[in-house]
Amino acid sequence: MAKIITDVVCPFCGTLCDDLEVKVSDDGKEILEVYNACVIGTEKFLHSQAEDRLTVPMKQDEEGNWNEVSIDEAVDYTAQMLCNAKKPLMYGWSSTNCEAQSAGHEIAELCGAVVDNTATVCHGTTLIAVQDVGVPSCTLGEVKNRADRIVFWGCNPAHAHPRHMSRYSIFPRGFFTGKGHKARKMVVVDPRSTDTAKMADLHMQIEQGRDYELLSALRVAIRGNPLPETVAGIPRETIQDVAETLKSGRFVVIFFGMGVTQSLSKNHNIDIAIALTRDLNDYTKAAIMPMRGHYNVTGSGQVLGWQFGFPFCVDLSRGFARYNPGDSTSNDLLRRGEVDAVFVLGSDPGAHFPISSVKKIAQLPSVCVDPHYTPTSAVCKLHMPTAFVGVEEGGCAYRMDNVPIETRKVVEPPEGMLSDEGFLERVLARVKEIKGVA
Amino acid sequence: MAEYLIKNGFVFDPVLGINGDKVDIAIKDGKIVQSTEIKNPTVVDAAGKTVMAGGVDIHAHVAGPKVNVGRNYRPEDKLFTYEPGKGVKRMAGGFSVPTVFRTGYKYAQMGYTTVMEAAMPPLYARHTHEEMRDTPILDQGAYPVFGNNWFVLEYLKNHEVENTAAYISWLLRTTRGYAIKIVNPGGTEAWGWGLNCNSIHDPVPYFDITPAQIMKGLMDANEALRLPHSVHIHTNNLGNPGNYETTLDTFKLFQGEKPNNDFGREQVMHHTHVQFHSYGGDSWANVESKADEIMNYVNNNDNMTMDLGCVTLDETTTMTADGPFEHHLTELNHLKWANTDVELETAAGVVPYIYSPNIKVCGIQWAIGLELGLLAKDPMRVFITTDHPNAGPFFRYPRVMKWLMSQDAREAQMDALKWAEKVRSATLLSGLDRELTLYEIAAMTRAGTAKALGLSHMYGSLKPGLEADVAVYDYNPETAEDPELIEKAFGNAAYLFKGGEIVVKEGEVVSNGNKKTLWVDAKVAENPQVQRDIAEKFMRYYTVTQANYEVNEKVFMKNPYRIEVDATQ
Ligand code: SF4
Repeated sequence: MAKIITDVVCPFCGTLCDDLEVKVSDDGKEILEVYNACVIGTEKFLHSQAEDRLTVPMKQDEEGNWNEVSIDEAVDYTAQMLCNAKKPLMYGWSSTNCEAQSAGHEIAELCGAVVDNTATVCHGTTLIAVQDVGVPSCTLGEVKNRADRIVFWGCNPAHAHPRHMSRYSIFPRGFFTGKGHKARKMVVVDPRSTDTAKMADLHMQIEQGRDYELLSALRVAIRGNPLPETVAGIPRETIQDVAETLKSGRFVVIFFGMGVTQSLSKNHNIDIAIALTRDLNDYTKAAIMPMRGHYNVTGSGQVLGWQFGFPFCVDLSRGFARYNPGDSTSNDLLRRGEVDAVFVLGSDPGAHFPISSVKKIAQLPSVCVDPHYTPTSAVCKLHMPTAFVGVEEGGCAYRMDNVPIETRKVVEPPEGMLSDEGFLERVLARVKEIKGVA
Repeated sequence: MAEYLIKNGFVFDPVLGINGDKVDIAIKDGKIVQSTEIKNPTVVDAAGKTVMAGGVDIHAHVAGPKVNVGRNYRPEDKLFTYEPGKGVKRMAGGFSVPTVFRTGYKYAQMGYTTVMEAAMPPLYARHTHEEMRDTPILDQGAYPVFGNNWFVLEYLKNHEVENTAAYISWLLRTTRGYAIKIVNPGGTEAWGWGLNCNSIHDPVPYFDITPAQIMKGLMDANEALRLPHSVHIHTNNLGNPGNYETTLDTFKLFQGEKPNNDFGREQVMHHTHVQFHSYGGDSWANVESKADEIMNYVNNNDNMTMDLGCVTLDETTTMTADGPFEHHLTELNHLKWANTDVELETAAGVVPYIYSPNIKVCGIQWAIGLELGLLAKDPMRVFITTDHPNAGPFFRYPRVMKWLMSQDAREAQMDALKWAEKVRSATLLSGLDRELTLYEIAAMTRAGTAKALGLSHMYGSLKPGLEADVAVYDYNPETAEDPELIEKAFGNAAYLFKGGEIVVKEGEVVSNGNKKTLWVDAKVAENPQVQRDIAEKFMRYYTVTQANYEVNEKVFMKNPYRIEVDATQ
């Protein structure tokens, strides 16, 4: 007899759908089916059952051969590495729970590490913009219940957040939005003709990298001031039309993704997108929200915030927390050769960082904690496999609108396998021993 | 557990009526006991020092989503504040929105042991609890906000107090909340459409109910539930010239109402940060103090309590569930603005603010906060707060005490204001020569607050049987002349005992204590209709499932402490 676990939270993307149902085998060891999730979410669950999954720590010797080691050895290597380093980098944190993040922070504090999360290569620019101008926002339920004007800017939820439109933004019928998508106007700004753009009432096919200009033009249009004939490849009339559409809405939401956070102008794009949202509040109600990617990258920023006061790239190496994006950010540190050990958990910089950074990791003492063998493992000295958070381990995660949800454990991890938090607690204990602190 | 005897201190305890007498305080097993009950105590010499129960803060914003927005979006707030970790202490920093560690240490250094988080958005209850869990030393609880909650608006529109109470009972249990908080009733829901309710009779868009009905209805439900604390109100029209009338209208809603509870609470409503609600005039050009009219009402109606919300003339970070107010503020000062509207429940905004001594209005606000305290006839009902961090950071309480206790200190500050004469003429402060005593301060910071919270069986006094939360200050009331000594001593407790353990010794934090998280479990008769309504709203309008809404004590709370109430009768 299989059993069905309900209200399961998907630990893949920032949409953090919490209505999944997972059918597991009677002994609680195997996932048979995943209901309600999108394909990527389903894949995340099924992936935990993959045959090629590592279950024992592996260490690379001088010649580059991988050998199995015990968990004790893995704990000790990690603790020694962090204690011996002058300025270790502890990177990732986005695919794990807040409890593990918290344990990691305590280690980082004792070892004088830099703690950085994946915002450093995605929405870090957003966090900087928020420090400049703030952010008028809301929860996703407000979008569902009130919003009648939806803008997707530089993002493609149809692929990256597949259930976003059906759960929250375009299709659902909410309290004041009984007509669902029929009463919503959807605007997409994207140089590509994405599957999201194809669904839009209005697609502004902007010239690549001209976001700042178009956002600026929209602010001008909203005030009714004159515009040149085209801006960023978009005709004046279209811009005015979009401005009117937004102003005439009862509740406007702008969702934006890495198409604007990581294109030219970076945080300045977000500054002005937020300024546009502010402006709209003089005419109607408007909110703006980043489409955060990893399911708990938002949580990493939150835990760092309440423990150290900054949302990413927090440098603890001097005994107090410093924050200086562009300086204390992972890639800057790696490329300048400023860190002397690298610890990665809950992300895969080997696949996503520039090759110059990855080469540096390969030259340093390094540990990768991940349920799977990843490109990051390939360049690290030690690979420590752990349980899947959100599948084999519960714990808190923050959705893209900062709403915290407790993820659920649905199956047992392979025998003897530690959770991220469990591993970090062991490392913490060892670090305290080495440092001789109580 | 260790036994202690705190000897020879000048004790101030309004509950026991001890006013500066030299009384020895004995501690055993985490509780205050009679001196005869201890055998082999460690003796703490408090000769020449002031001894009080641990401080109890009834209203501060110290944990949760808006507080963390304040931290994360103000890196500048950390400048020059960071202290490295040492001994039991983690590294800690931040000025107006300190990190959780700094919050715990700073309160402890002021001799405070219990601090209530004044506004918890229910959907973000986990976040609030996670921060409280990580805050060392302090016993804490959080007030979920109810004044714009759709369930409440709909039930009260139909005068269904029983259903409202059943819903409140469910929400307090589900979010592990402590009391009913109301912020800009109806106005924050209106803010969902960019609107507001400016008086207590402005109808809430769509919901067809007024703020007055919301506040009164929630009070009825609060008393029906027999909760330890009363409704905790931040009324409409905060921060606007002429708003004292709205405040008085709010007070009058509760005139003659009687409390119903077994916790010794005597008020039916607490009004918070009254300073922000006591303005006369009709523009910023002619704004003036109406503290006298406000306090006249408070002094004559003993079924209410209030706190001050004193402006401390600092740069700070304002944050409130009064969404429209924060938008109004950012239009005024053009500084950065964060806002979050929370589905079916509430909203919140955050805007930095500089209370400059060079700005007339700031001077007037500063004076009003103090006037309210000085005009209070019953210090057991009027409490010191800064609405941290809204009118100033909590660690300025010792400075506020100095101003309240010394006319010289007030005048010195008044003289330092750029528009001193204008402030004098728009306020009453210079005409008030009252200087509060330590006995009155003890009432305003521990005995009174503990009682108003329904926690006088645990905190606020040195009566045997209570929690052994004791603060010892290096302040000799017989010899101290210089008012600066007040600020210095009360910001640097010589000793703090928390639950019978020493957590501060000679101004240094030496233990993280054994904090508790307080919540109220009010049982009501089964109510299938409310259960159905909850299920339906979750299915149709929330974006999390009902099963994923409840705060899991094991994961999110440190030492949960449940206060049970039986309202099934
Ligand atoms: S949209 Fe995101 S959270 Fe939802 S099921 Fe798909 S991957 Fe998971």
